[in-house]
Amino acid sequence: MTTYFTKDHEYIRVSGDTGTIGISDYAQAQLGDVVYVDLPATGKTLKQGDEAAVVESVKAASEVYAPVSGEVVEVNSALTDAPSTVNESPLDKGWFLKIKVANNNELNELMDEAAYQSYVKSLG
Amino acid sequence: MLNRQGRQTTPNEIGTADHVTFTRNRALQQEEGLIFEIGHEDVSGVDVIDVDLTTSKLGGLERKEPIGLAGLTEPETMRHYVRLSQKNYGIDSGIFPLGSCTMKHNARLNEKMARLPGFGDIHPLQPQSTVQGALQLIDQLAHYLITLTGMEAVAMTPKAGAHGELCGMAAIKAAINAKGEGATRTVVLVPDSAHGTNPATAALIGFSVRAVPAGADGTVHIDAVKAALGPDVAAIMLTNPNTCGLFEKEISAIADAVHAAGAYFYCDGANFNAIVGKARPGDLGVDAMHINLHKTFSTPHGGGGPGSGPVVLSKALADFAPVPFIKKIGDALQFVEETQGTQSFGRLSAFHGQMGMFTRALSYMLSHGADGMKKASEDAVLNANYIRACLKDLFSQPFGDKICMHEVLFDDAFLKDSGVSTLDFAKAMIDEGFHPMTVYFPLVVHGAMLIEPTESESKASLDLFIATLRDLALDAKAGNKERFTGAPYFAPRKRLDETRAARTPVLRWKPPQPIAEAQAAE
Amino acid sequence: MRYLPISQTDREDMLKRIGAADIDALFADIPANKRLNTLVDLPKHKSEIEVERILSALAAQNMSAGEGPFFCGAGAYKHHVPATVDHLIQRSEFLTSYTPYQPEIAQGTLQYLFEFQTQVALLTGMDVANASMYDGSTACAEAVLMAHRVTKRRKAVLSGTLHPHYRETVRTLSELANDKIVALPGNPSTAEDILSQIDAETSCVVVQTPSFYGELIDLKPIAKKAQENGALLIAVFNEAFSLGLAESPGAQGADIVVGEGQSIGNALNFGGPYVGLFACKEKYVRQMPGRLCGETVDADGRRGYVLTLSTREQHIRREKATSNICTNSGLCVLAFTIHMTLLGEQGLKRTAKLCHLNAFKLAKALQGVKGVEVLNKTYFNEFTVKLPKPAADVVEKLAQRGVLGGVPVSRLEPGRKELENLLLIASTEINTDDDRALFVAALKEVL
Repeated sequence: MTTYFTKDHEYIRVSGDTGTIGISDYAQAQLGDVVYVDLPATGKTLKQGDEAAVVESVKAASEVYAPVSGEVVEVNSALTDAPSTVNESPLDKGWFLKIKVANNNELNELMDEAAYQSYVKSLG
Repeated sequence: MLNRQGRQTTPNEIGTADHVTFTRNRALQQEEGLIFEIGHEDVSGVDVIDVDLTTSKLGGLERKEPIGLAGLTEPETMRHYVRLSQKNYGIDSGIFPLGSCTMKHNARLNEKMARLPGFGDIHPLQPQSTVQGALQLIDQLAHYLITLTGMEAVAMTPKAGAHGELCGMAAIKAAINAKGEGATRTVVLVPDSAHGTNPATAALIGFSVRAVPAGADGTVHIDAVKAALGPDVAAIMLTNPNTCGLFEKEISAIADAVHAAGAYFYCDGANFNAIVGKARPGDLGVDAMHINLHKTFSTPHGGGGPGSGPVVLSKALADFAPVPFIKKIGDALQFVEETQGTQSFGRLSAFHGQMGMFTRALSYMLSHGADGMKKASEDAVLNANYIRACLKDLFSQPFGDKICMHEVLFDDAFLKDSGVSTLDFAKAMIDEGFHPMTVYFPLVVHGAMLIEPTESESKASLDLFIATLRDLALDAKAGNKERFTGAPYFAPRKRLDETRAARTPVLRWKPPQPIAEAQAAE
Repeated sequence: MRYLPISQTDREDMLKRIGAADIDALFADIPANKRLNTLVDLPKHKSEIEVERILSALAAQNMSAGEGPFFCGAGAYKHHVPATVDHLIQRSEFLTSYTPYQPEIAQGTLQYLFEFQTQVALLTGMDVANASMYDGSTACAEAVLMAHRVTKRRKAVLSGTLHPHYRETVRTLSELANDKIVALPGNPSTAEDILSQIDAETSCVVVQTPSFYGELIDLKPIAKKAQENGALLIAVFNEAFSLGLAESPGAQGADIVVGEGQSIGNALNFGGPYVGLFACKEKYVRQMPGRLCGETVDADGRRGYVLTLSTREQHIRREKATSNICTNSGLCVLAFTIHMTLLGEQGLKRTAKLCHLNAFKLAKALQGVKGVEVLNKTYFNEFTVKLPKPAADVVEKLAQRGVLGGVPVSRLEPGRKELENLLLIASTEINTDDDRALFVAALKEVL
């Protein structure tokens, strides 16, 4: 299992051909209290960079983009009733969706944990 | 339970308040329930006879269930709303320095004029021969707006600023379509610092938005515009004076470049109040600009509307204005109400626009006159610069210390490491008896504080305001966090939990569930 | 200048403090060749008495509704508004406050918005209502856009008996947004077949009841057909008092209900400002445009109100917002909600009954006039009559006799010969037997 990150602060954790997508701890801290999450329909095909979900705090809304292409196989519908899970456990219970990764090569364009941490540091 | 901001997320006993009274009232601050809690279905504050309907013409579509509305008698109604009013801050209470909102004095003469039966009690569709005075008033207001802006025409019907943006951008779209360029010119340039309505309006009518970065000095530069221009660009939407309170110095060059590229220049006129009588948008190359009558010409904000947003248009766009508009036929004035036989892009709403606001705005303009309106702009700019000059040593300005227009912008750099945020600072101002300035707008400035005093403040009022802000800034820097992070302490409510409101929306009152039903549901 | 508190001495002191030589130094960023060096060509300032004289003279040229028998409707109605309403909305703290962005010092505004939302939801029979739109017509256009978002389809079907100005407002916005509309032709006398227009592409069906021509429309079969096809039913009303007597659109299955709230609490004002009412089913609330007020608690756990779900709005979502709307109709909302509180359920229903009865009496009286035919099978307080000659001329002549006798259909549907002789006539609780007698007498003279 490897976790990759994007510059837009999404992560994708890959296990076999399934990727679990969510937002990083840095992203949830920047957003503040998450109040609403809009998830895609399962079966939807996403291209890399497509809008996969929307996450809203009181004063901000941001799109969650697909880190890589693939078909949505599962969404975390528990977030609908408990959006605060994104704040409490962004990398674990607060995941947004799972996709069937279409092209493993796209993962190479992403950052690994260490690279992402130094990227976040560079943001100040 | 406390949330991440240290606010409570569940209701508990009022016991945490410092001194609890039996009634929960605090002298003049009286608690007031909802009308559904204090009123009754069979109580009314109007006396209407209960007629017996022997024949119904409703064709079997009569209401069968009770509505559930509560009524109050007249004295109870009066008390309910007076108590509510006492929980509100208005311009008449004190300085209301909301940047870009222009909270200037609302003269009561204007209210009186709008209520003359000849204006307030006329029907929009009664014969035009019976409302010639109303048409003349609209025509005269149009003349004032055209003269002040140096433009060709004005569309009077938009009902608010954002509605005016829609009108102006629709006229631009119609002009582009008339030239056969509708398929190719699909992009609208919008600076990062623009108000959110600008990109929202452009997107609403099918344009895509291309952001233009502002320069380090807070204004848009001709080079950035030129880089973004192309044959696919329909228009630029530029606010001037801009949302940072600065006049766009390169505006004429920008207008020329935009026109040379075959595009149009939409100016967001939200801040026109700074330059009335000092410069005319028509001379600056503007093709369309909305004017917020509720800002520049003081029609009351009324707790969030109604507004009015007439749009002045250049010669290139005038023919595309929406219906209805007024035409002179001999001595009489007449509405053109149909698009047929015109190039008009259509209709923005029912009837003819915000007549009640037109009367108030014209009353303002007649009262001020050419001289008074110029003076008002000058005093508005003078007051903002006076605040800037008196605060610049303690506060931080994102683009350096320089002359501003009618509003002055600070950021939160001066609060760095104090543990006090812009929001905390604003809430502490409430305890001092002031309405806070606009905060966190424009978005491009970190922790923005945008102060617009308007021309309605006396020097004494400004001096007290300045002294208070200085005291607060010094206190924040000295590390007295509690004055800020727990504020407001003395308002009718302490800080309200917006997270809770958004996570579990309660958007209306509902009758309490009978205990038996509630238990059954569990 | 009575509105400007800064004195000449103040100005000089303040300029000195700023470090500016003169006032023009503060306008130095305006290109020098674009600065105005003289006053614009408009009159100079005037005293209060002078302004009153000018505006009163203009007002005097208009024939106001209160001057004589008055029967105009077509989307704007004259009702009696209790004196309390206008007194209260002019309280400084309501009149001169802003959008409640600082909720701790705007609980007055927020609480009445919350009460208003509840009243509108109850009245329309819907789950939730927003804090209002500009007016009924813009609410209608926004409802169509909302239906497109909900259904992810872009074709609206408009009933031919929708108010023509509402239709044109929807048409304009739809054309600008490149959405499709199917607008059936208006026709007061034959029932339209709207059901056959609903297909798998349809996002919404827009139906007004009572219709522009005054007929009550049974929404239930339309709601059923729409929902079977995955489309929404948008119900529209012009006359809020009708909801006191007629079955609510919510009870008939509407998904979104929009309408004009002017009737309650607000004067005619020559067409504006008015107040658009907007309600929908709870499941669609995140797609609803406009401001919303919600209940919460403060740091001491006391109940309070805030604007909420604002991530739908333009100041956060920018080009992805649900709408570009940035305001509501605050003071008109306040007038509406105060009048509604005074009426209560009892007053609203009784007034509605009185309106209905007055319309019935008028219809009966007009049927006695030779050549006049009442076309409606059903109505609440407004109906359509067919005259033996063009209605516009008749109305003009009635006005010369001091009677504002309704709205000719041709004013809103010009160029349609078959509608030329039709006149819309409305009655409310303000009309008396004398009014009706004067109207009938004048009409006999004119015809």
